[in-house]
Formats: sequence, structure tokens, C-alpha cells
Amino acid sequence: MTNVLNNSRASSVTFENVTKIYGKTVTAVDNISLAIEPGKLVTLLGPSGCGKTTTLRMIAGLEMATKGRILIGDTDVTTLPATDRDVSMVFQSYALFPHMTVLENVSYGLKYSGFGKEETRTRALAGLDLVGLKGYDSRLPSELSGGQQQRVAVARALVLEPQVLLFDEPLSNLDAKLRRQVRQDIRDIQQNLGLTVVYVTHDQEEALAVSDRIIVMRNASIAQEGSPRDLYEAPVDRFVADFIGEANLIPCDINSLNGETATISVANLTHELNARGLTKGPAMIAVRPTRVRLTPPGGHNTIAAKIAKSTYVGNHMEYIVEAAFGKIFAVSENVATPFETGQNVGLGFTESGPVLLPAE
Amino acid sequence: MTRIVTSEKTTHPTLIFWIAVGWVSFAFLPWYAIQDGFFTFEWLFDGYPWDSDYAPAAFLLAQGEKLWLAPLIIPLVAMLFSLGRTKSDPLFSKLLIFAGAFGFFWLFFQGFAIGLRGWQFDWMTSLFAPLGDRQFGMGYGAMLLASSFLFLFTMGIAARGAINGDVFVVSAIGLVIAIVTIFVFFPISRMLVAAFITEEGSYSFSVFAAKFFDDRIWGLTCLTGGPRCGVAWNSLFLAVVVGFLSTVLGLVFALVVTRSNFRFKRNLRALTVLPIITPPFVIGLALILMFGQSGAVTKFVADLLDMQPSRWLYGLPGLLIAQTLAFTPIAFLVLIGVVEGVSPSMEEAAQTLRAGRWQVFRTVSLPLMRPGLANAFLLGFIESMADFGNPLVLGGNYDVLSTDIFFAIVGAQYDQGGAAVLAIVLLTFTLGAFYAQRFWLGNKSYTSVSGKGDAGVHPMMPRRLAYPVYAIATLWAAFTIVIYLMIVYGSFVDLWGVNNTLTFKHYITAFDFSFVEGGIRWTGAAWDSFWTTIKIAVAAAPLTAALGLVTAYLLTRQTFAGKNAFEFGTMLSFAIPGTVIGVSYILAFNVPPLELTGTGAILIISFIFRNMPVGVRAGIASMSQLDKSLDEASLTLGANSWQTFRRVILPLLRPAILAALVYSFVRAMTAISAVIFLVSAEYNMATAYIIGRVENNDYGLAIAYSTTLIVVMLAAVGLLQFMVGRTKIGRRAGIGPATH
Repeated sequence: MTNVLNNSRASSVTFENVTKIYGKTVTAVDNISLAIEPGKLVTLLGPSGCGKTTTLRMIAGLEMATKGRILIGDTDVTTLPATDRDVSMVFQSYALFPHMTVLENVSYGLKYSGFGKEETRTRALAGLDLVGLKGYDSRLPSELSGGQQQRVAVARALVLEPQVLLFDEPLSNLDAKLRRQVRQDIRDIQQNLGLTVVYVTHDQEEALAVSDRIIVMRNASIAQEGSPRDLYEAPVDRFVADFIGEANLIPCDINSLNGETATISVANLTHELNARGLTKGPAMIAVRPTRVRLTPPGGHNTIAAKIAKSTYVGNHMEYIVEAAFGKIFAVSENVATPFETGQNVGLGFTESGPVLLPAE
Repeated sequence: MTRIVTSEKTTHPTLIFWIAVGWVSFAFLPWYAIQDGFFTFEWLFDGYPWDSDYAPAAFLLAQGEKLWLAPLIIPLVAMLFSLGRTKSDPLFSKLLIFAGAFGFFWLFFQGFAIGLRGWQFDWMTSLFAPLGDRQFGMGYGAMLLASSFLFLFTMGIAARGAINGDVFVVSAIGLVIAIVTIFVFFPISRMLVAAFITEEGSYSFSVFAAKFFDDRIWGLTCLTGGPRCGVAWNSLFLAVVVGFLSTVLGLVFALVVTRSNFRFKRNLRALTVLPIITPPFVIGLALILMFGQSGAVTKFVADLLDMQPSRWLYGLPGLLIAQTLAFTPIAFLVLIGVVEGVSPSMEEAAQTLRAGRWQVFRTVSLPLMRPGLANAFLLGFIESMADFGNPLVLGGNYDVLSTDIFFAIVGAQYDQGGAAVLAIVLLTFTLGAFYAQRFWLGNKSYTSVSGKGDAGVHPMMPRRLAYPVYAIATLWAAFTIVIYLMIVYGSFVDLWGVNNTLTFKHYITAFDFSFVEGGIRWTGAAWDSFWTTIKIAVAAAPLTAALGLVTAYLLTRQTFAGKNAFEFGTMLSFAIPGTVIGVSYILAFNVPPLELTGTGAILIISFIFRNMPVGVRAGIASMSQLDKSLDEASLTLGANSWQTFRRVILPLLRPAILAALVYSFVRAMTAISAVIFLVSAEYNMATAYIIGRVENNDYGLAIAYSTTLIVVMLAAVGLLQFMVGRTKIGRRAGIGPATH
């Protein structure tokens, strides 16, 4: 297999101060710079309208940058149209040509890349084999299930051995169970073939699961980039903290600094954590719901709070907890002896729980 | 295997092709139009290449003739320097843009400046002294060279980065702009200018004003008891009433079809086919058979009441009936969509809010349909204004603009300026309606069929509306059926109203043939025009469809500067009445550089631009249903935009292509208004021939011929439906994810 589909050609993608303006006034992407290493799967993550799809389409050459430079490998492709870029893309709608069979769809790109008839057929069949669709070559796309159509779309893009492979929300048309399976398949193929993949999604769980690196976008610019763990454990601001996983944002005071370590207080509770370059004074902490610890009231280093709402959801309990600073959301795995609505509790954080963020 | 990056190649097949075309057309093809016809090739054996009638430009120059063609050598040489350069080389695009623009400009500039009588403009004569030489219309050489220059220019623009450097798209835009300019805007502006020309050939505003404000156009004496009003008022009044009547009747039919349990409502849909297959004057002929002086009904009533048969039909009453009959199906077609488009959930919401059926209809349904109703009215208005056949047959003393234009040109007066002024008035009315339709109504549609499931059901009509609606619909449908039966029956009657025996004699006169040695001899009187019509229609249909679909592709799939103006320009010819096209073509293409009158080409061209908007609309409608990611997928897979258009879009558009083909074929067979100006002895069309028979009171033959045309067109439409039905196999809906 890999002798047909080896991918020593995986290339880096570099954006240098790229801006995209639609019409005269709508800035879809505002002066972003990024570097994607070869052989990595990088996800562009963000809410709708943040510019992630525009960024992807600029890599593909379907949109042209208004300003800045785009490089694939060492080649400047800024003005090259899609046809001339060595990039292929898996579309959200799959965009399978409905009038062509599965094999014709997969062969389409090979034909225009100058392969001979035999070679085209061999490579297309190998691609179908790779995505587990051997024997489906003479079907029409309409005769396949959603998951199968998706895999044809992947095979069609893969067989060209592109320098960069792009995925535009590839799982959004699949049902929840299939999603988990397909995203794993995509990740496996990417790792086995060493492909450079840029992946767009608005689903943070999907992003965390498949990526080597995640680029979080907001309002046409990059909010933060890093490994999934970096983003989850150390978000730079409340937007990222809230977008990647859920986070409770609680105002706090930095009381003292000792090298990298800061001591903060929230009401009567104190906690030591990484200062992340902040100085003394008011700040903010982000706490994941799973890292809130609820104990019976009056415990050491806890804040007095009250359960405003208690919900049983099967494998865990969900609580809305009301304290002097406001309401927070907490999750507890203790379903055997849950707290009841209206009960008083002591609220604390796990050791590595909170992350310090600048105030506002 | 790396993808071939076209922008870094130094040999571009398309570029080489067009440069070769340029040189060949300059050096080897006859420069001027061959007078014996476009497709004759006697010139090859008759003095070519030195005879100055047939000589290529290079040979003309070599003999020291037509020296004004010499500057064309500059761009022809300049373009050679682009060979061997890469696309990203700035000189590449500059060379092509210069060569293309200068060449194209000079080619047309010299063409307009020097005509049959030397300098075309007085100021040139006074500036350069009389020329003492002349030239004819452009031929193969000049036209191909012009295309070569045009496409080199667009390639240059593309190389500069326009539309992502896409040569196919830029060239397509360039081509559409060029031909729409030459065949729509140029003749219309020629006509505008003609309105200012005095009898001595100079320009004068007062002459225009005198013609424009003439009482024959704007007189209002009929209001004060005078004999007649101006033609402009006549046309306007007729168009407003016909627009109103056809909208009301169209709405009635639409309501019956979509909101009733009426048993025969499926058959009513067949009505929508009628206007497509009926030559416009046929309704008028049928009315004459029934209500004319010797019409069946007239005679019956006259006998009954013992009075003289009157000529009441000829004039306003006849026109009103004929046009309402002819254009109601068009309004019906529009209003079916409008009535179905009103979201049922709105009406259901109103019902749950305790409104009765009648109240729902009056307060919700009808207001939501209002923009659609206005649209149908404007369509009826434009059609009535532009109608030529019925006024010619039935008009009597009620003069309207479209026929007056015709009589100004063909009559004893031969008043080009007068015809131009009338055409301007007519054009103002139709363009006004067109403008209102696009910009005033354009954004006001409340009806939309979205992809979201709107699971409601339209309520039935309220009872107090239903009964009158049924009554009107039944009566009018019956009337329409009788009219069409009359046409068929009339074609077999010897001499209507005088000798009512049934006979085949009209068919025999028209379509007789005999078998002779070596084939069939077409001895019937109608064969000539029949075959010409078929030939012209067959030639025009694919060109119309191609141009319409390419334009639709550009409008739906590409963004470029000036797209709105581009769209307006291409749809404009829809609002230009055929008579206006006819007059303006005569004025523009009777003289060099584009000498086309009397050829078959001018008929084909007029059909292409008359019917192109329909192709564009059909294309837009079906292309906007194709997900744009299909194109993008194809592009990211390495196909260029031409290959994408050819391999992905066109195959998915097969039904739209067929529809555009058949529609333009059928329209080319039924058109009369532009055709009647452009036919010649050699290229006579069926409709023009029939009108000629009518003018000689030879109704039998005219009706027999019309019936034959209707049958031929029914066959064409039937064939279309058969073929579209079969192509469904290739057009599965399952682009999106299927459930499994």
C-alpha cells in the first residue's frame, strides 16, 4: 500500500501576515501568521464566523489573500489558483460528483494530474482499499451511506498524495457514533502516511481528539495555538478557557508572587499556582467543572456555598453551585451519595485545578 | 508526480492557437465579406489571393491597397514576443493587453471610419481630404482576427491576476461582453442616433423633438371626441388592460390548480405549454374564424338577429381578447410558483389564530402574493407591448407602436427616423417595466421554497372565492380549447364562411411533394420557408443554449467587478421588443463594417440575442441548485475551470441544456416581430410567409401552415420531455449524506 501512497511529499504551510477582506469592509481574516509543520495534523478551531474556513480555503487557493504571503513548503503560492496548488480538500458536503461512479470520482484528480490510464486505475483502487471501500468502485455516490460517501471523499483527496490535505468540518454530516469512528480513521491514515493535514472544526472535543496542534481562532485572528493539552490546561484568556472545554471564571486576587508561583485568594480560600507572568492585584481564575471539589460545609480552605440545582445524568452528577462571587458549574463522579438541591457545601479546587488569567 | 503548475510554463497551447489564428486570418483568409454568401467557396478558384474582393489583408497591403490596415501589423508582431515567456513575467501580460486592445480597437475603428463611400464622417473628410477608396463589410479574415485580438486581450488580463488568473473565465466574460455589445448595445445606439438624423443626413435635435412629440404618437383627441389617440397611448392602454386581465386569469388558474379539489386540474397545467408552441398571431387568426366578418359566430348571431355582420373584432376588442388569450398562460406559469411559494405554515398560523378561510386568504395569502402578482402584470405588459403578430392581423384602425414601426419602415414612406423614434418610445415603456420588475420588485419576494421542510398543507380556497373562480376558469379553458380546435378545423375548410366543405387542398398547396428519380421533389409552396426555418432554428438553438449557459455559469459561479452591470446587460434583451431589434438591426447591419442584412446569419443572431435571457434563466435556476463545493472539489483536485465546467457542471445540467435547446428552437420557429424585418427572398421564414398569406386574405393556407408548425413544435416539446425523463438516471439527488 504505502509503496503507492507514500507521503514523503508532505509539506509545511506558512502564513505571513495574511489578511482577507471580502468586498471593501468585511475582514474575514486579520493579519494572521502561522506555521504548520510537515507531517502534522493541525486543527483550526473556533466559533462560526471566526475565519477558520476562510483560512482553510486560502490554503486551498479557493480564496485569494488580500494581503500577506502564503507558502506551501518553500514555494510562494499566494497568487496560485486552486488548480495549480498541490493541495486537496475533503468538503463538508463531501462534494462527490453525483453523475460519476465511486471509481470515477476517485480517479478524477489523477486524470488531471497527468497519470496514465492504468496508473490512474491502480492508484484509485489502492485509495479505495485504503479507506476500506474495496469492491464499491462501480457504485454511484447516491448508493452509499453517509459514512461511505465520506470515505470516498477522503480517498479522492488522498490518492493525489497532496503536499497538504485539508478537511472542512468532515464529520458534521455524520451521526454521533460514526463520528468517533471516522475521526479515528482519519487520524490513523494521517499518522500512517505522515500527511500534513489541516482540519477545520467547531467541535472542541473532536479537535482535542485528533490534533497534534490546535489553532483557536476568534474574530478573524488567532486567539491561541498549542498542543491539545496546552490549550486545555493553560488557556491564555477567558475566551479560550471557555471555548475548549467548559470553564468557570472566578475573580480572584494575587496576593504574593514567589518566582513562577503566585498565591491567590478567592474569599477566604487561598491557592498556589503558576503565575504565568501576571503581577499582584486583581485577576481571574478558570476552573474546569471536573476540578471543582465539593465537600460538606466548613472544611479547611473551602468557600461557603450552596447547591442551587442538582442533576443526575447517569455516570456523574451536575451541580449549579451558588457562592458569594456568583454561580459556578461543577461535575462530580460521586453519584452514590449526591448533594441535594438547597444543601450547604464547602467549595474547593483540586491541586492542579485553577488556571490564572488576566482580569477581564 | 507533482502537479503541473500552468503559471510557470512557457508554452501555452491556447496562446499559440490564438496567435496562429491571428496570423492565418491576416495572411491567408479573405479579409472582406464574400458577397455571394458566407458559406460559398467559389472565391478559392476565382482570383484568390490577388483579387481585391477576395484577398487576405496581407495580400492587399502587398499590392499597396487598403493601407489603413497596415497598423494591424504592429499588434500582430507584438504578440509574437509573448511566446516563450512565463505567465508571471510582467511583460507577458503587458504585451498581450497591448496587442489585443490596440488590434481590436484599430480593427473596428478603421471599419467604422471607412465605409462604402470612403470616410464615414464629415469631419474626417475635411480633416484628411476625401479618400477615393472604400471598403465592404468584414469577412472571415477580419472577424477571426478580431476574435484573436479579443482572446489575446483577455489572456493578458488573466495573466495580470484577474479572477485568479483564470483564462477560461476571463475569456468567457470578454466574449459575452463583446458580442452583447456588438449585437445588442451597438444596434440600439445606432437606432437612437438614427432618430436624430434629418432627411439631408445631418443631426438635429429639433427634428427628433418634432418627431417625438408628434400628435400621431401622443395625441389625446379621442378623449375629447376626436377620431383617434396617439399610438403611444393606444399601446399603453392595451398593455395595461391585457396585463391586468392576464394576471387575474392567471391567478384564477393558479388557485384552481394549487388550492382546490377540482377534478381536471391536472389537465389545466397543459395550458402552460400553449404559449410556447403557438406562433403569436395564430390566436388572432382563430378569432377571425369565429368572430370576423365571415366568422362562424358572427354569421350565426347575424342570422339570428337578422342584422349585418359587423367588423367589431378588428381593433381594440379583438386585440384585447387575442392578447389575453395568448398571455394568460404566461401569467399562469409565473403565478403557480407564487401561489405554491406562499409558506403554508403562515396560513396555518393564521388559521390557528382563529381567522376564517376567507380572512386568511384576504389578510395573509393575498398580501404575500402581491409582489408575484405585480411581476405577472409586468410580464403581461411587456409581452403585450412587444406583440406584433396579433396587431398586424387584428389591429384594424387601432394603431399600436409595434406595427407602426413596421409600417414606417416597409411602407411607402420608408421613414427610418420615424421608425427609430417610435421604437424609442416602445423601448422606453418596456425598459421601464423591466426596470420596475428587477429593481423595485427584485428584493420584495415573500415567497420562497427553502430546503427546510415546511410540513404544512395549503388550505383550500374559501367557498365564496371558489365558485366564481371555478366558473371563470372553466369558461376560459373552454374558450381556449375552442380556439385551438378552430385552428385545426379551419385548416381543412375550403373557404371559410363561403364554402365550408372539408378539403386537404391547403395542405396540398403548402406541402405537396412528389417522388422523382433520385429523390423527393418538394413542390409545395411552403417548403422553402419551412426548411429555412428549420435550418435557422437548428443553427440558432445550440448557440443560444451555449451562450445562455456560459453566461449563467459566470453569473452564478464567479465573482468579478461589474457583475451587476454584466447581468443587467445580458438580461436586457428580454425587454427589447422584437420590432425594436428588427429596426435596429436593419439600421446597424445594413452597411459595413458588419454587413449582415439579407443573410441567414442575421436571423440566427437575432434569435440568439432574443432568446438568450431564457437560456440564462434556465441555467441560473439549475446551477444554483448545484452545490458550489462540487466546483471547488474539482478545482482542488487539479482540474481547471474549463475542465470543471465541461466535466462536472455540464453533465449535471443536462435537463437545463435540453430545455434551453428546445425552447430556443421553438421560439425561433414561432417568432415574427424581429424576423419580419430581417427576412429576405433567399431566407424567408415560416412566420413571415404566413403573415404574407394573411395579408393576401389567403387564410386557409396560413392556418394550415400554422397548424403544421404547432404539430412540429408539440413534437419537439414532447421529445424534450421524453429525453429529460430519461436523463433523470444521471441526476440523482443524493449529493448529501444518505441515511443508512
